[in-house]
Amino acid sequence: MKSAVVLFPGINREHDMIRALRIATRRTPETVWHTDTELPAGVDLVVIPGGFSYGDYLRAGAIAARSPIMRAVIAAAEKGVKVLGVCNGFQILTETHLLPGALMRNLGLKFVCKTVKLSVENDSTFFTNRLNKGDILPCPVAHHDGNYYADEETLKRLEGEGRVVFRYAEGTNPNGSVNDIAGIMNERGNVIGMMPHPEDRVEALHGGTECLPLFQSIMREVVA
Amino acid sequence: MKAIVKIMLRPGVLDPQGKAIAHALSALGFSGVGEVRQGKLITLELDETDADKARETVKEMCEKLLANTVIENYEIDIES
Repeated sequence: MKSAVVLFPGINREHDMIRALRIATRRTPETVWHTDTELPAGVDLVVIPGGFSYGDYLRAGAIAARSPIMRAVIAAAEKGVKVLGVCNGFQILTETHLLPGALMRNLGLKFVCKTVKLSVENDSTFFTNRLNKGDILPCPVAHHDGNYYADEETLKRLEGEGRVVFRYAEGTNPNGSVNDIAGIMNERGNVIGMMPHPEDRVEALHGGTECLPLFQSIMREVVA
Repeated sequence: MKAIVKIMLRPGVLDPQGKAIAHALSALGFSGVGEVRQGKLITLELDETDADKARETVKEMCEKLLANTVIENYEIDIES
């Protein structure tokens, strides 16, 4: 299992992500810089971590989405390589149109930093196959622009095709996201984006390891 | 020449910042204010001297970067 973590100026959650991937896959991910034009050969999974690429200038994720490495990520995704975007990574994936919709300013206008309840809505994805539909996981969020929006037609497709992977459960929607959507996938199922930070709920020091099975799901998928 | 790009959230897309501004105006005693919506203004100095060509280029910039057409509309003004 070979994974790569993409770095942009202003990204700050890469260490937690690398650590979570290392714990679950027993292999240290390679890192690629935004000016690189190629991903490591034979990569199975590309992860775009959270942070504030380019200071969220223009729109969160907008500048990073147009960087040289993202052209390689888009090409890899089109070939079926798995791509996971967390927080700013999710914003970047919507800006590249690998995922539909947009992440807008939180409904309450404030930056939210707390633990929410995450409901697994689709348990047959590369990131959820070790869990069951309806499982509720505590998971931290930390964002200012996490309010998921998509037009009605797109929402209907996402819901109808089982492409909502995670929802905020039990009244914990922290940002006003439509249909309580916390994470989605593309049509092919190889690109997943989510606002919460599962990489920060995988070790005892985090207060719990409930999100570790998400990262272990990657292993089952890639080795199978 | 100079291009001025006005970017606004599409009608129907909720604008919580506009709502907060409306609320603050009301708190300051300004009455008779209906819906408030907030947008962005971007100005660009261009070497191009042909207004039509400039407009075409700026339109491409909007589609590729300046606006997110999933949620935003844009208008372009060209000044010589």
